[in-house]
Amino acid sequence: MINEFRYLPDTEQDQAEMMEALEIHSIDELFKDIPEEIRLKEELVLPDAVSESALTKHLRKLAALNVHSHEVAVFLGAGTYDHYIPSVVDHVISRSEFYTAYTPYQPEASQGELQAIFEFQTMITELTGMEAANSSLYDGFTSLGEAANLAVVTTKRPKVVVSKGVHPQGREVLRSVSKGREFQLEEIPLAVDTTDLSQLESAVDEQTAAVIVQYPNFLGSIEDLQKVKEMAVNQKALFIVMANPLALGVLESPGKFGADIVVGDMQPLGLTMSAGGPHCGYFTVNKKHLRKIPGRIVGQTTDKEGKRGFVMTLQTREQHIRREKATSNMSSNQALNALASAVCMAALGKNGIQEMAQLNVEKADYLANQLRSKGFKIVNQAPFFNEFAVELKHSVKEVSAVLLEKGIIGGYDLEPEYGMKNTMLLCATDQRTKEEMDTLVSVLEEIAYE
Amino acid sequence: MNEYKELLFEISRSNRRACSLPQSDVPTVSLKEKFTEKFVREEPANLPEVSEPQLMRHYTALSNKNFGVDNGFYPLGSCTMKYNPKINEDVARYDGFAHIHPLQPTQTLQGSFQLMYELQEDLKVVSGMDEVSLQPAAGAHGEWAGLMIIKAYHETNNELDVRRKILVPDSAHGTNPASAVIAGFDVIEIPSNEDGTVDLEALKEQVGPDTAGLMLTNPNTLGIFEKDILEMAEIVHEVGGLLYYDGANLNAIMGITTPGAMGFDIVHLNLHKSFSTPHGGGGPGSGPIGVKAFLTPYLPVPKIEKSGEEFVLNSDYPLSIGRIKGYFGNFGVNVRAYTYIRTMGGSGLRKVSESAVLHANYLRHRLEPYYDSPYPQICKHEFVLSGNRQKKLGVRTTDIAKRLLDFGYYAPTIYFPLIVEECLMIEPTETESKETLDEFANVMIRIAQEVEQNPEIVTQAPHYTSVKRLDEVTAARKPVVRFE
Amino acid sequence: MTTTKNIYFTKNHEWVLLLEDNTARMGITQYATEQLGDIVFVEVPELSSETAMEEEIATVESVKSASEIYAPLSGTVTSVNEELEDSPELVNEAPYEAGWLAEIHYTDTDEISQLMNQSAYDAYVKELKEEEGQ
Repeated sequence: MINEFRYLPDTEQDQAEMMEALEIHSIDELFKDIPEEIRLKEELVLPDAVSESALTKHLRKLAALNVHSHEVAVFLGAGTYDHYIPSVVDHVISRSEFYTAYTPYQPEASQGELQAIFEFQTMITELTGMEAANSSLYDGFTSLGEAANLAVVTTKRPKVVVSKGVHPQGREVLRSVSKGREFQLEEIPLAVDTTDLSQLESAVDEQTAAVIVQYPNFLGSIEDLQKVKEMAVNQKALFIVMANPLALGVLESPGKFGADIVVGDMQPLGLTMSAGGPHCGYFTVNKKHLRKIPGRIVGQTTDKEGKRGFVMTLQTREQHIRREKATSNMSSNQALNALASAVCMAALGKNGIQEMAQLNVEKADYLANQLRSKGFKIVNQAPFFNEFAVELKHSVKEVSAVLLEKGIIGGYDLEPEYGMKNTMLLCATDQRTKEEMDTLVSVLEEIAYE
Repeated sequence: MNEYKELLFEISRSNRRACSLPQSDVPTVSLKEKFTEKFVREEPANLPEVSEPQLMRHYTALSNKNFGVDNGFYPLGSCTMKYNPKINEDVARYDGFAHIHPLQPTQTLQGSFQLMYELQEDLKVVSGMDEVSLQPAAGAHGEWAGLMIIKAYHETNNELDVRRKILVPDSAHGTNPASAVIAGFDVIEIPSNEDGTVDLEALKEQVGPDTAGLMLTNPNTLGIFEKDILEMAEIVHEVGGLLYYDGANLNAIMGITTPGAMGFDIVHLNLHKSFSTPHGGGGPGSGPIGVKAFLTPYLPVPKIEKSGEEFVLNSDYPLSIGRIKGYFGNFGVNVRAYTYIRTMGGSGLRKVSESAVLHANYLRHRLEPYYDSPYPQICKHEFVLSGNRQKKLGVRTTDIAKRLLDFGYYAPTIYFPLIVEECLMIEPTETESKETLDEFANVMIRIAQEVEQNPEIVTQAPHYTSVKRLDEVTAARKPVVRFE
Repeated sequence: MTTTKNIYFTKNHEWVLLLEDNTARMGITQYATEQLGDIVFVEVPELSSETAMEEEIATVESVKSASEIYAPLSGTVTSVNEELEDSPELVNEAPYEAGWLAEIHYTDTDEISQLMNQSAYDAYVKELKEEEGQ
């Protein structure tokens, strides 16, 4: 009777033997310390258990109700991207020695995971130009929240200044986080497509714990990190950059511009879109802030015979030791996704990541030029990476509906968040072909002259 | 096993690669012209350069130095290291689940919305709550979200100025006090009784008009059911505080009772524990929260709701604590948990808890003659032992843990909860066979004998792992956190 | 170890050595280092910060624990041991000498009477060790 559940090995005989050892007659006796008035009288009202084949049929049907990127051309980016993922990535993370392991509390039996994370930390610091990284956080937006908390605690200042060039959802998460430690959040509007630097300068004062910009920003444009850094330094505020790690294949690293904390999401490097999660937040700093980093950090050491090995280190920062004095409450992270990104970064290598980033630049450049040549206005004035805003003749909603009929997922509607009427944020990644882009342009042209 | 010890950076050679990028079909762009020199990367990021076969061998070699549930018994207390079903992995990789953009038009995401909506409904039933949000990415994230709901609730009632204290038992997970502080509360620790449950008198002394809430896990981290839970709920509710349930230990009570029935107002569930999704070497997890009806306006937005036959996103909740994570939470993890619940059904989940509790009691019974058992009553899904007897012979709990690795087991959680000296916290889960439990018990007994007869073999352990005991002191004194 | 008339101790196992001009040097005792084990990090007080007797001024960390260090006297921090940043092991190796934490310019000489002298502290530690042994 128990055996109808394939994950449960107990036979009736097994249970009888265990009960005999415990000198009980029914398993129920093990629950007699639970007061009668809170015991459930009936079985949980859930759909009945189903067989493996029936279940896969049901789930395939559900999955088929979604439109996926293998059947349409996705021109939607806005923080989550349809990129090339080398086949090796899924093969590595499908090894159950990795995915069925817990946090490496016993380093001697977890060297594989620990080394892989150490390699991940090295690669992400290479890209961001920083000195230290943790082993990952939930996603780019929650990493941003942790960075703001770190700044507020370290500087003991009550205000964080954030550019509207930061992803709207990132700012929403920041707002929620700010209500925890109770700091002020001041948003700086964009001057067209990049942060309004004069407004930023007047907002940053001696009460400012940190200045936050995104690179490239939400509209795809490259912010002038050098100028923002100067404003932060003048008031001794920390400079926090949320950066797309793929773009850093060709863009100068935030570390070079003097960032104190660089965070972001690894999704562009090896992670499936998966409706927005699980992705993987990264968190990098300079050595000065090493002991304030949230989450787990892997460090190199030696065993008692002098052999190189890896351990989780600087654990006194963490909740399981420091409890209410911990720098963060982070426990579970996104280690398997960090592994996936590490595999992707290693597969791309020093040349591949530059080529992939360059490809993104070229595709977006081509698409923008085609649109310009058909009379569309490209909003961006600053150079952009793989995304840009384009003004349409109709509402984004209407245009998206038409595009969908043609097998195209259109871009992000910039009107609700930015008040940019009929303006769509379009993204062209390495996965978009010239043919797909030409189709997009011709459909947009058709709609425009209807 | 051969001793592969290279880092990727050490096997790297110029101009090797393990990728095949699409060929460009558009005109080339000069980066320096487009971005100006200042913004073009001067020094390329020094990523390793390896071929695809090298890459695969590297990671295969690393995986051989890693221990997961598929390798063997993983009795890590409070972590519920049960088997991770393979169908769950397959399903999460379906095109329609893995390759969808979160901001696609909602009519192109109806399948995932339906799945999320149904999972919310299922979790309501299992937790006894009135509404569930899937947005938190892990347990600690759920805790923080729950505490922010407590905060928002008291703020709405104009009581936040005085209600600044969160009560946490001394046996609680470390995330509880940490989450409370990050939510802006002060933490008051409540001591445990000799029987391992919350000291009611101490609780009564601490509650008052400044109480924002109490965080509790039940069964607690000692594996003991807080039998006075209804009285505790009354004590806290009477002074206007709210009750928060840390769902890390739900595996003990599925189908038997619910946090809702116990009087809790808010709960988080760790889908990567009770609901079988893999831990991935530390994550990703998923930590949905459930609340009673009076708290539903405070849940994170957007909410996934059903409107007629259509599933929609609704952010129109002015009292909401806001967004706490990008998009909809860890969707891919939630797909796995949904698949698990459909595999087990209501009766299956009850059997899970029954077996988990039977296994823990049986294993405790087998080990009690050999190790100190500070709380010898019936346990739930896990139990604690103390290595005090062995410590007197010069062997620490950490040594016992390392010795277990030599026998092909992972170690239990050690030195937690903090209130037990030389603590070993063991959670066998329902997916282990009786043979495995017996073999593990025999090894633990053998180690206890070694401690008496040949302690050195234990204090010098592990002997058969890829590295011997590691120098954590130097790692923390002179941190090397990246390859140079 | 240094035995001098000018050294005093707290119940939390800090030592304080009175120097000239109302300045005192402080650190943690041998007993404290034995309890903590290998010290891996010391967060020294902020230079020029004001501190009150029994207020937290520093943190000493081992691999799996962090302990707060309290000011033995009220005053201003005039000097900190910067060597500890790179060599926290000095606290283990020479807690009364190279492993000192900070110097404080103290303001209230009456506070000294609330501290233990060497013999009182030795007796206090002896008592603690006996309790542990049981």
